[in-house]
Amino acid sequence: MRVRISGGRVIDPANDVDGRLDLFVADGRVAALGRAPDGFEADLVIDAANRVVCPGLVDLRAHLREPGHEHKATIASESRAAAHSGITTLCCPPTTLPPVDTPAVASLIMRRAEAAGLARVVPLGALTRGLDGEHLSEMAALKQAGCVGVSNDFHAVDNPLILSRAMEYAATFDLTVFINPQDPRLANNGTVHDGAVCSRLGLSGIPAAAETVAVASCLALVERIGVRTHFSLLSTARGAQMIARAQHDGMPVTADVSAHHLHLTENDVLDFDSQCHVMPPLRTLRDRDGLRQWLSRGTIAAICSDHQPHEADAKLAPFGETATGISALETLLPLSLRLVDDGVMTLNEMIASLTVRPARILGIEAGDLAPGRRADVCVFDPDHYWVLNRDRLVSRGHNTPFLDWELKGRVTHTLLAGIPVYALKPGD
Amino acid sequence: MDKRNLQLDDNGQLRHFLTIEGLKRQLLIDILDAAESFSSVTEQTVKKVPLLRGKTIVNLFFEASTRTRTTFELAAKRLSADVLNININASATSKGETLLDTQRNLEAMHCDMFVVRHAVSGAAHFIARHAAAHVSVINAGDGRHAHPTQAMLDMFTIRHHKGDFHRLRVAIVGDILHSRVARSQIHALSTLGVEEIRVIGPKTLIPPEAHTLGVHVHHDLRAGLRDIDVVIMLRLQHERMLGAFLPSEHEYFQLYGLTEAKLELAKPDAIIMHPGPINRGVEIDSAVADGPQSVILNQVAHGTAVRMAIMAKAMQRLPSPPARELH
Repeated sequence: MRVRISGGRVIDPANDVDGRLDLFVADGRVAALGRAPDGFEADLVIDAANRVVCPGLVDLRAHLREPGHEHKATIASESRAAAHSGITTLCCPPTTLPPVDTPAVASLIMRRAEAAGLARVVPLGALTRGLDGEHLSEMAALKQAGCVGVSNDFHAVDNPLILSRAMEYAATFDLTVFINPQDPRLANNGTVHDGAVCSRLGLSGIPAAAETVAVASCLALVERIGVRTHFSLLSTARGAQMIARAQHDGMPVTADVSAHHLHLTENDVLDFDSQCHVMPPLRTLRDRDGLRQWLSRGTIAAICSDHQPHEADAKLAPFGETATGISALETLLPLSLRLVDDGVMTLNEMIASLTVRPARILGIEAGDLAPGRRADVCVFDPDHYWVLNRDRLVSRGHNTPFLDWELKGRVTHTLLAGIPVYALKPGD
Repeated sequence: MDKRNLQLDDNGQLRHFLTIEGLKRQLLIDILDAAESFSSVTEQTVKKVPLLRGKTIVNLFFEASTRTRTTFELAAKRLSADVLNININASATSKGETLLDTQRNLEAMHCDMFVVRHAVSGAAHFIARHAAAHVSVINAGDGRHAHPTQAMLDMFTIRHHKGDFHRLRVAIVGDILHSRVARSQIHALSTLGVEEIRVIGPKTLIPPEAHTLGVHVHHDLRAGLRDIDVVIMLRLQHERMLGAFLPSEHEYFQLYGLTEAKLELAKPDAIIMHPGPINRGVEIDSAVADGPQSVILNQVAHGTAVRMAIMAKAMQRLPSPPARELH
């Protein structure tokens, strides 16, 4: 299929492209930028006037719930939501049921994603078998099956000796270790940030130190082992500062932050709003501003959705008894665009944090539009205002604190390997 | 989510009583005044008024409690309401029914008010948020969050003994971190305009950033008791303590237990309160608990009248305020 995307502002931070250019796609690849290749005849022309054309977004963290929790969502349902949101690559954590600790589970996820054909899904493998924190997983096999890294998610590895060995073993196969930095003993089954709001509401708190202690102990191991390590979902300014120091010292570490941690704070939990029950918890305004600052400096390389769709009942209970997480694919781009309006970063930097930078962290071919590269493309109208309501959510999960928010920026077209997988209907 | 004050109806009247926080001073005074009126009811031969005749009140207790449940039951009966006591742990939820399903089933039976006690902070808010239009919810204690009726009976007791809130210095001593009573007392005392609220305890038992609640934090009981008018002692809530908070009850009593000698540092006419149950020799010495400055049993006695006032107010059935003016 040959597609011409004409008249849009093409922003491709990976190749320093930013200009009003036509983009030509043929046979799933970018054929040219600017001038049409000789003899190019489009099967489809997309008018991108007043729109931004960028690489398809790469989401570093999206729970798709399959296998094991299909009552919440499926790979097909969430791939569809991703396509509506301009996201062409989803990286899913290993916390499925069973966990991604065998090649069979990894293969199953990728096969289901291929069958849906709406987004590419790359799994993280389990760092330890069954995420038990005690036995190393068969990482070589997981890598061969397509896992792009290994992680124990929030199932912390309590024993530093085992974490050290797991990191060494991952390094053997050049696998990136993804760490969710939270010391479980300091977190102590808490539900919100250990601060003023937690004191007021009488909820159990998770101190900021639960993150910084975990970052510190992990960095000590990275320093010794040299394994490439990615810190997922930073929630504190201090944690980000520690990553900055480690990067300055030449350590191979990267980090991401969720879009909601860049907008919400502990104060949003007031009134026991279970839609704001997330892990790690929403922190202070100072943390939120600090995370924004470290994002603008590039210390935090990427913004992710941390998409966690739930069935309605999962949030229908007293705050502490509800499931954590936000259905977040569809707000990823609009919330990131809001950072541009807030002066945190330029449009180019924002797009880089959603495309080339996460692609590099995953070590995959994505996030850039150079001729010859796979044509994963997102076209969006940066000035389109819309209100997020339940009817508009494509994800099976309707659990979001952003319902009724007026958002700016709407995806109009998504191409996956040159195939249109989403087009905004007129009047939608 | 609707961020309006969940406790008030469209006319700004009290509908649910979930927390003291966010309620106006005049509303608290109305409740205290009404409780004065109801106090006389409990002294009559026929201890009943027909204010809530025909109404059904459900004591929905997800957490064991005899004393609080009994005072709510007594209060409801003295208002002539029909009362159901439901021990949830022994019934529906143990069979897997959700909290919301339990609530909806009871609403289908045309109940008018839920008195809720639950081990999880925010549970009463959750039930109120999903309550049918005709139902009121009273929080009888949720997790560490709030126990507003207990705080109101404490305020009633303070007013009874001290009259004016404005010039009072009040100390709350002990396990503030785990105490829903302390949180409600702090909001009530602030709203009623006391001069100073102090919280006293080791750092392990003081909530993070406690000063944002408008209190002064002391870790030395002796220093904290100086010039105090009201001392509220709290129980150590071992059942809520996950992890190490104290080395021993012995050391705790040495440092924070209220003895006659330490009490001498407070004002000579200081009153001693305790929401109960008290642990003698842990947070309070028997000589103090049973001493002349103790008003602990008065607190218990005031419980019914104050809860009658709150129930009546939430159902818009308050009697005319008495002539008495608050200072």
